[in-house]
Amino acid sequence: MSNFKEFTKGIIKENPVLVLLLGTCPTLALTTQVSNAIGMGLATTFVLVCSNLVISLLRKFIPDAVRLPCFIVIIAGFVTLVDFLLAGFAPWLYDALGVFLSLITVNCIVLGRAEMFACKNKPLPAVMDGLGMGTGFTLALVIMATIREILGSGSWLGLQIPFIEPIGIFTMSAGGFFTFGIVIALASKLSKKSPPKNMGCAGCPNAANCAGRLDAETDLKGCVE
Amino acid sequence: MEGLFGILISGILTENFVLSKTFGICPFLGVSKKLSSSLGMGAAVIFVMLFATLLTHPIYTYLLVPNDAQYLKTIAFILIIALFVQLVEMFLKRFVPPLYKALGIYLPLITTNCAVLGVTVLNVDNEYSFAESICNALAGGIGFTLALLMFAGVRSRIDNDSVPESLRGVPITLIAASIVSLCFIGFSGI
Repeated sequence: MSNFKEFTKGIIKENPVLVLLLGTCPTLALTTQVSNAIGMGLATTFVLVCSNLVISLLRKFIPDAVRLPCFIVIIAGFVTLVDFLLAGFAPWLYDALGVFLSLITVNCIVLGRAEMFACKNKPLPAVMDGLGMGTGFTLALVIMATIREILGSGSWLGLQIPFIEPIGIFTMSAGGFFTFGIVIALASKLSKKSPPKNMGCAGCPNAANCAGRLDAETDLKGCVE
Repeated sequence: MEGLFGILISGILTENFVLSKTFGICPFLGVSKKLSSSLGMGAAVIFVMLFATLLTHPIYTYLLVPNDAQYLKTIAFILIIALFVQLVEMFLKRFVPPLYKALGIYLPLITTNCAVLGVTVLNVDNEYSFAESICNALAGGIGFTLALLMFAGVRSRIDNDSVPESLRGVPITLIAASIVSLCFIGFSGI
């Protein structure tokens, strides 16, 4: 039962993109088409589940001081695996994802879950957590891509939709920023929470040293005063 | 020569790394609150991008390609970047404390900045020569800094405006980023 909870929390309550604000780069770059969004979502989910499993199994053997390099090497290994699989079995997707496939390595969702969850929990919950976060990521990407593809290209998953005049700007990065902002605002309106004030630093391994976090803290102080 | 200049201009303006290719969004939104921190972050990114390319390009050309191990590029590059950032941090702390004070807090962040890994991977994917790669890295860094500085200016204005409640915080920041990004589309006409 509790394992099931680890799975569902990633989909809505702690959605990595819309609530935790992690992994924004691929969210903006790869949501021009629904097919790319699904591909990227599944590739990231695969890496996330595998790396969570391996890191959780090795959690007692990885020394604390060098854990980040270890995580990065494990993650990069699985990214290379996905690279091979896609190049072999889905070359069109491989071309569409391009450099962002390599960049799954530094996607803060994957590293963040390794740091926050996998290295502290048993393998089964870690896998469920990875599956849930991956599903939430895919879901958010598909929502973004649906809006952008319908408005920007007048189609959905490649199917032409009649009576819609494409607004080209939605396929550009400017449209991505705009759609992302609106979707986050809607999500927080529907969940009756105030929208996140700052970038999602929770998953960032360097949060302790980050200037962005320093800014965030001064903000909080301002609020209290 | 013209090719190099073209790469430089397109990297900074028409295909700006942040606003057009959407690399490095986390630091772009996270650190752009103040002009001073934007400048520090930008300088650190230019520096690391340049040296990461200086290191990764020869390693790819002379170590991975002859051994038919191009597929190791992701692992190799991220390790080189992480190692380099760590070394620079230690070096600056020991020998150039004033510079460490200015850039130090931004350096560890850069390991996981996807713009840096992105530049090094793009360089080898596009089969750029060494000089072209350096140019591309320089353009990426300058483009990043430019976007960050401009956006810091825009953000300081938003803080004083009254915004509908659901849009406060990150959403309005993203919408502002979209407008700044629109400005850069104008450069594609050149």
